[in-house]
Amino acid sequence: MEGSVASSGSPDSQRKQIDSVVVRFAGDSGDGMQLTGSQFSSAAALAGNDLATFPDFPAEIRAPVGTTFGVSAFQINFGSRVIKTSGDQYDVLVAMNPAALKVSIANLREGGLVILDSGSFTERNLTKAGYAADPRQDGSLAQYQLMEIDISSMTLDVAKPLGLSQKEALRCKNMWTLGLVYWMYDRDPQPTVDWLQGKFGGKAPEVAEANIAALKAGHAFGETAEISGEATKFTVGQAEIEPGEYRLVQGSEALSWGLLAGTQLAGLEMLLASYPITPSSPVLHVLAGLKEFGVVTFQAEDEIAAVCAAIGGSYAGKLGITASSGPGVALKTEAIGLAIATELPLIVVNTQRAGPSTGMPTKTEQSDLYLSVYGRNADAPMPVLSVRSPGDAFDTAIEAVRIATKYMTPVTLLSDGYIANAAEPWLIPDMTTYTPFPKEKRTDPEGFHPFLRDPETLARPWAVPGTPGLMHRIGGIERDYDSGNISYEPANHQKMTDARHQKIDQIADDIPEQDVELGAPGGKLAIVGWGSTYGPINRGVSNMRDQGYDVSHIHLRYIWPLPRNLGELLRSYDKVIVAEMNTGQLRTLLRAELLVPAEGLNKVSGQPLKIVEIEEAIQQSLPQAKAAE
Amino acid sequence: MNAPTKLTPADFATDQEVRWCPGCGDYAILKGVQKTLADIGASPDNTVFVSGIGCAARFPYYVNSYGFHTIHGRAAAFATGVKLSNPELDVWVVGGDGDSLSIGGNHLFHLLRRNVDVQYLLFNNEIYGLTKGQYSPTSRVGTRSPSTPQGSVDQPANALQFSLGAGARFVARGIDISQKHLTEVLTRAHAHKGASMVEIIQNCVVYNDGAFEQFTAKKTAAETQIAVEDGKPLLFGKEKDKGLRLDPKTLTLEVVTIGENGVTEDDILVHDEKNRIIAGLLARMSAPEFPVAIGVLYCDPVESYESGLLGQVEAEESRHPGAQLNNLLRDGNTWTVGD
Ligand SMILES: Cc1ncc(C[n+]2csc(CCOP(=O)(O)OP(=O)(O)O)c2C)c(N)n1
Ligand code: SF4
Ligand SMILES: [Mg+2]
Repeated sequence: MEGSVASSGSPDSQRKQIDSVVVRFAGDSGDGMQLTGSQFSSAAALAGNDLATFPDFPAEIRAPVGTTFGVSAFQINFGSRVIKTSGDQYDVLVAMNPAALKVSIANLREGGLVILDSGSFTERNLTKAGYAADPRQDGSLAQYQLMEIDISSMTLDVAKPLGLSQKEALRCKNMWTLGLVYWMYDRDPQPTVDWLQGKFGGKAPEVAEANIAALKAGHAFGETAEISGEATKFTVGQAEIEPGEYRLVQGSEALSWGLLAGTQLAGLEMLLASYPITPSSPVLHVLAGLKEFGVVTFQAEDEIAAVCAAIGGSYAGKLGITASSGPGVALKTEAIGLAIATELPLIVVNTQRAGPSTGMPTKTEQSDLYLSVYGRNADAPMPVLSVRSPGDAFDTAIEAVRIATKYMTPVTLLSDGYIANAAEPWLIPDMTTYTPFPKEKRTDPEGFHPFLRDPETLARPWAVPGTPGLMHRIGGIERDYDSGNISYEPANHQKMTDARHQKIDQIADDIPEQDVELGAPGGKLAIVGWGSTYGPINRGVSNMRDQGYDVSHIHLRYIWPLPRNLGELLRSYDKVIVAEMNTGQLRTLLRAELLVPAEGLNKVSGQPLKIVEIEEAIQQSLPQAKAAE
Repeated sequence: MNAPTKLTPADFATDQEVRWCPGCGDYAILKGVQKTLADIGASPDNTVFVSGIGCAARFPYYVNSYGFHTIHGRAAAFATGVKLSNPELDVWVVGGDGDSLSIGGNHLFHLLRRNVDVQYLLFNNEIYGLTKGQYSPTSRVGTRSPSTPQGSVDQPANALQFSLGAGARFVARGIDISQKHLTEVLTRAHAHKGASMVEIIQNCVVYNDGAFEQFTAKKTAAETQIAVEDGKPLLFGKEKDKGLRLDPKTLTLEVVTIGENGVTEDDILVHDEKNRIIAGLLARMSAPEFPVAIGVLYCDPVESYESGLLGQVEAEESRHPGAQLNNLLRDGNTWTVGD
């Protein structure tokens, strides 16, 4: 099962061959765990592994040092096989202090390895972490392998002589640890050395030097010290993945690039207007750095202003985009209604987080499906698309732009906190292989009125200010179907409401039919998912199929409108389970729209679904599955 | 297109039936704006009126140009997006006192602070017209309305002091019925690069009739208004014998009469459009103790927001000509998996 150390080592080599391993780096917020994790991810990627990461950080920027709520962690699953998730459990836990040990130990597999910095296990830190007794002595770590190293003092030994203060020198602890883990997995530290040089070399050469020294010292420690225990040196081979050029990509990065790609394919320019909010802000940051592509980014005074500016931008001819998270999208709803009424293109990115209200900003959830599909005053339909993984965000963002511009409608693009922060190797797309979908603007005054619909798409013309002879007025007040002028006619309102609905509904004819991700149409059981639950569902279903269970995986990109064949497809299974990180939002929607008796597998803990949770649900649903073969 | 012929105010009218109450001050303002558009040679193709919601905000329907009637309070934000999308457009924003200072106070503050190059026309009738007469953030203490039957108790906001506080670089005031003066003020607002705030005193005949009578009545206007002009002494009155004097000890203005108590014209404060302190003192003058200041109270341009922001985009574009998405995607660490 993914996430377990399957030892298939050749006895002649010193290094044990393993096909995948999960490592979790955990420490204080100030310990640089995210950085350590992302460097390690790059190293794994460069070594040809497939991988998935899970940065798990606290909401507080500077929580009190040593507390459990200040623990920041980075989990990576890498291997020579295809990796679908960041792993249910870890094989190795690196704990930089007692608090990190305390919050992370529960998910270390039995027999797993704990590497801990004994230098940080002081009386004071133990108390701060809430340990009554030292866990190293009270037997609570008995079922694990323990590697205690005084990383603090060894780091100080190498870093301090290079001219750093005690505090600065201690900050190099993470690099020392990374050096050791590089040695454990036979990874080349050189790219990290280069990276440190690039990052600090110019401004603070002594900091670069000290970090490099610490990294090398950690590596050397592995090589020379006598490290006890059976499993400390491993090789993880290259994964068999599709040939081509790869890079690591984070969800919010891929999503931002996808938005730009879509904008270019539509022959437009982008105005992104946003207000900072976790975990959506990186979209604003990434796009603010892409001005050379003509991208204009506007940090508005709030989310309402952001969406209004984006709509104003679309009105005047750019593609308006606004990116936020649940609380911010809630604020935008009135304005989105105006974009629906005036039929202007707009992309609303919602990187979902745990709620309600502020909830748990840094934790993931999929609980804004209702908000996206139904969450506006009046009859106000708009398409909703969902992203399943960091790499998938690129293509789904392009699709969102295609639909928004072709049909002159706002589109919601759903991502979540897990996808936004997670990274995965990505087969870099070649833009020359994409088919452009240029969006024409109206220029001909002959027979023009602003709500004259294209008979096929039902889209109205996009006539932007500055175009000679096309002066017109639009707004939120209902307008006449035939002239576009203000109208309070009862029959006209019915007609316009129907037209707005029909326009969105018939987009279903312009999207692919729903396919089956794993398995085949028809059978005993289908697990249906959307968004970031893709990895665990896919791996769980795959594992159970290997064991002979008749189960399929269906994963939706199109939440609204639903693919035309979805009802028929779901009805071809004896049973349908919708697995999602909310209390049953997609399930309700499918039951209401398709009349299928879907059941739910629901989890709302702020943590991603686990593979084992999928497997258990399958097992419970299909007790005699094996006999069915 | 045909060779441009000079357009008249009538060319800026639409075929839409105007739906304001008969006698509403908004008609006069519409006339003043249409006259201004003709005077300045505005091109209907390139002109955009953006509004929120309210009686005032119906304005775009009646101007032959591009128009966007948006949602309550947010016109400033839409207009910002319009300018960032196409800075060449000539953008006018129209909002009532509720639209601009209540639900939209936040956005107006930021539009002015950022200095987005638009003309913001705030129609101040000190009441919520469209929703049938509730008091507004500019209503005076004691205003009786359906929602304040015993009279309002909260202090009103002063639109121009608010604007100056927000950092506006152009602040002016006009009156619906003072057509000629209003057109001059609007022409100045249009010429100003950056956000131009124009408060237009507007009579709501239905819900707040006569609210401004004290200083707008034609007969007494000379004594109750002061039309300020850059570089000129702040004089008013039929005989131009009254003026404003600054008391340097208290940093306040006082009304004095030339020839009385030894006051000469030299004692009168000279208006300086670039002086934010004077503008603040003028903005807060209210009847009956003071004449109400109209005209351009403050004008001191700096670079507009969209010019600065789009300048950065242009600079990056010329630093990386022909930037390719394919290269961006391949920037940094990549590796190749062989066949
Ligand atoms: C979100 C929202 N809240 C409330 C309203 C109702 N509403 C419309 S206009 C208005 C106030 C209008 O007052 P003002 O802006 O002064 O404009 P006037 O009608 O006086 O010109 C209100 C409260 C609305 N349209 N939208
Ligand atoms: S209610 Fe007042 S402001 Fe509105 S149209 Fe009538 S008179 Fe004008
Ligand atoms: Mg009003």
